[in-house]
Amino acid sequence: MIKPSNIEIDREKGNFHYPTSKYAFDAGIGLSEDVVKYISDVKKEDDWILDFRLKAHSIFEKKPMPTHWATKDLENIDFDVIRYYLAQGQKPSRTWEEVPDDIKNTFERLGIPEQERKFLAGVEAQFDSEAAYSHMKEDLEKQGVIFVGPTEGLRDHPEIFKKWFGKVIPSSDNKFSALNSAVFSGGSFIYVPPGVKLAQPLQAYFRINAENFGQFERTLIIADEGAEITYMEGCTAPKFETSTLHSAVVELVALKGAKIQYITVQNWSNNVYNLVTKRAMADEEAEVRWIDCNIGSRLTMKYPGVVLKGRKARGEVLSIALANDGQHQDTGAKMVHAANETSSNVIAKSVSIGEGRSSYRGLVQIPGHLKHCRNNTECDALLINSESQTDTYPAITIKGDDNSVQHEASVSKVSEEQIFYMQQRGLNEAEAMSLYVNGFVNDLIREFPMEYSVELKRLIDLEMEGSVG
Amino acid sequence: MNSIQIDNLSAKIDGNNILNNLNFTLPKGEVHAIMGPNGSGKSTLSKVLSGHPDYDVTNGSAKMDDVELLGLSPDEIARLGLFLAFQYPIEVPGVSIANFIRAALQARMEEGQNVKAVDYYKELYLKMDELGIDKSFTSRSMNEGFSGGEKKRCEILQMSMLNPKYCILDETDSGLDIDALRVVSEGVNRMKNSERGILVITHYQRLLDYIVPDKVHVMWEGQIVRSGSKELALELEERGYDWIKEEIAAA
Repeated sequence: MIKPSNIEIDREKGNFHYPTSKYAFDAGIGLSEDVVKYISDVKKEDDWILDFRLKAHSIFEKKPMPTHWATKDLENIDFDVIRYYLAQGQKPSRTWEEVPDDIKNTFERLGIPEQERKFLAGVEAQFDSEAAYSHMKEDLEKQGVIFVGPTEGLRDHPEIFKKWFGKVIPSSDNKFSALNSAVFSGGSFIYVPPGVKLAQPLQAYFRINAENFGQFERTLIIADEGAEITYMEGCTAPKFETSTLHSAVVELVALKGAKIQYITVQNWSNNVYNLVTKRAMADEEAEVRWIDCNIGSRLTMKYPGVVLKGRKARGEVLSIALANDGQHQDTGAKMVHAANETSSNVIAKSVSIGEGRSSYRGLVQIPGHLKHCRNNTECDALLINSESQTDTYPAITIKGDDNSVQHEASVSKVSEEQIFYMQQRGLNEAEAMSLYVNGFVNDLIREFPMEYSVELKRLIDLEMEGSVG
Repeated sequence: MNSIQIDNLSAKIDGNNILNNLNFTLPKGEVHAIMGPNGSGKSTLSKVLSGHPDYDVTNGSAKMDDVELLGLSPDEIARLGLFLAFQYPIEVPGVSIANFIRAALQARMEEGQNVKAVDYYKELYLKMDELGIDKSFTSRSMNEGFSGGEKKRCEILQMSMLNPKYCILDETDSGLDIDALRVVSEGVNRMKNSERGILVITHYQRLLDYIVPDKVHVMWEGQIVRSGSKELALELEERGYDWIKEEIAAA
C-alpha cells in the first residue's frame, strides 16, 4: 500500500524560471581551450587537473559522434552555441538561509529543503554549473563520510579521490565523456569509510536554469570495504525554445563487500539532450545497483554499467523509461563480467506514448575463461498508441561452459478490451492508461524507496494525462 | 422513471446488425433474466449499454433513470451507476485487486477527496470473506492466472464494492462449478434491494434456481420476443428455443 506523501514533483513543476542576470562567472558561448582554462582557473585547480581537462578537450575534438548506431538527432547539437560554465559563486552554502534568494526560491519550489528534512542524510543542490547548497548530517561527518563537489574533493582529499577519478570511465570512453572531462563542474564526490553503512540516502539535485546551457556534473562515489550507501539524484530544467545539454559522468567504486545503490529520477523538460555515461566497478563480493528512471528529455542516451571485477561481485540495473511525443529514450545497461562467480541482473521496462520512441541497448560480456557467472536480462516494452515505437538491441557475448545467461524480451500493447474493462469500472481513459502503466512498471517501482515510488507514480499519472484522445 | 428503459434500439458491429428495434425495461428493485440462444445479441446488448466503442448504434434510445446512455463514454456510464460483470473478465497485469478497486472508487470521488484506506480495506476484506476469496488475493494482479471461478467471484466482489444502481451479469454462470455458482449467486442475492435493478444474461436455467428472477425475457435475432415469469425459464429448459423460433416464423 502506498502511503500518501507530500512530495509531488510533476512534469510541469520544473517548468518555471526565475531570471538570473547576474552570473559572476561566465565562460561565454562556445567551447575552446580558453574556456577549459577559464573553468580550471576560476576553480583554482592544480595543474594536473588542468592537464586532465585539456587532454580530454583534445580527445573530444578528435572523437567523432557515435554514428553507426546512434540516432541522427545527435547531429542537431550545436556545440558552438552552448554556454559551458555559469555560476553565481564558487562555494556552496551550508545552510539554506545563506543561499541567494533566486536560487533558494527555485529549490524550495522543487521541494528540496522539505525532502532533506524528511528523509535524507545529506543534500547537494546544483544550480547550473555549481552547487548552491551542500549539507550533510554531522554524525556522518564524524564517521568520516565525505560528501563534497569535485573541486573540493580533488583539492582537499586527493589521496582518496585522485586514485579513482577518471579510472572507471576514461575521458576517451566516448565523445561525451571526453566533453564532460574537459569542462566538468559540480556533482558529488562521496567517500564512505570501511564498514560505515548509511541508513538514509544522500541526494543531489541538478537544476538547469539558464538557456543555451550545458550542465556537466561529475560524480565519483567510493564505498570502501563493507560500506553501504544509497545515493539519489533528481533533475529538472525549464522549457526553453532552444536545446539544453546535460552530459554527466558518474563513476562508482564499490570495494570489497561494499554496497552502492544509485537512484536516478530524471524529469527533464523536452528540450534537454541527456547524454550521460555511468559506470561502476564492483570488487569482490561487492554489490552495485543502478535504479534508473528516465522521464522527459528530448533524447536520453544512457546505459549504466557495472564492471564485475572481483569474485562474487554482483551488478544490477533496474530501468524504467517513458518516451512521450517528441522524445527518444535510448537506454539500457552494460554488464562486464571480469571475475568468477559474478552475477548480474538487468530489468528494463519502457513505455512509449504517442509518437514517443524507446530503445533498449544491452551489453553483457562473460569471457570463456571465467567460471560460474550468471546474467539475467529482461526487457519489456509497452506501446500505448499505434504511433509509438520501440526497439531492442541486446548484445550478449557469453563464452565458457560454466556460465549461464537468460534473456527475455517482450513487447506488449494495451488492448482496447483492457481499456474498456477499466473504463467500465469508472476510470476515464487517461486514468485507465495510467493505472495500466503503473501496473506494467509495478514490480520495479516496488524496489524504490517509498518517497521516490510515490513521486514516480505521480509522474507517470501526469505523463499519461493528455496522452490519449 | 427509475429504470433502464430501452426503446427501439438497433446496433451493429462490423456492418452486421445485431440488435433490431429492441424494447426492454428493467425497473429498479427487480431482477430480470434475458435468455436466448448463441448469437441472439445478449452480450451485444450489455456492451452497447456499457458504451463499448466497437458497436454502432443506428437507432433508438437507452435511458438509465431518464439519462440517455447512448453517446456517453464507458466510464461516464459506469460512474452513473451501471456495472457490467463480464463474461470473460480481462487481465490487467501488475495491478492488484486492491489497487484496482480502489482506483475505481477514487474515480467516483470529488476532486480533492480520497478513499479512506482503513475503511476501504475493512469493507474489502468483509466482502472477500462473504465471497470466499482468500485475503491473499488483494495483492494478486487483476484476473491474471485466475481460474474461471476466481474471475467470476472477483467480478462480483467489484460489483459489491462499487455499489452500482444497475447490474448486468453477462453469462456469469459460464465456467462455474456448482459450489462456485452457489457462492456467486449468494453474492448477487445479497445485492438485491429496492434501489437496484439486476439483469442476468444466461443460457441456462440453472443459474435462475439460485438467482430467482422477477421476469424472464427471451432474445432472438436482436429482439425480445417473449417475456414471462420465472416459469418461462423452466419451459425453455425443457423445450429448448426451437418452439419459439417456430412460433415467430409462423407469425
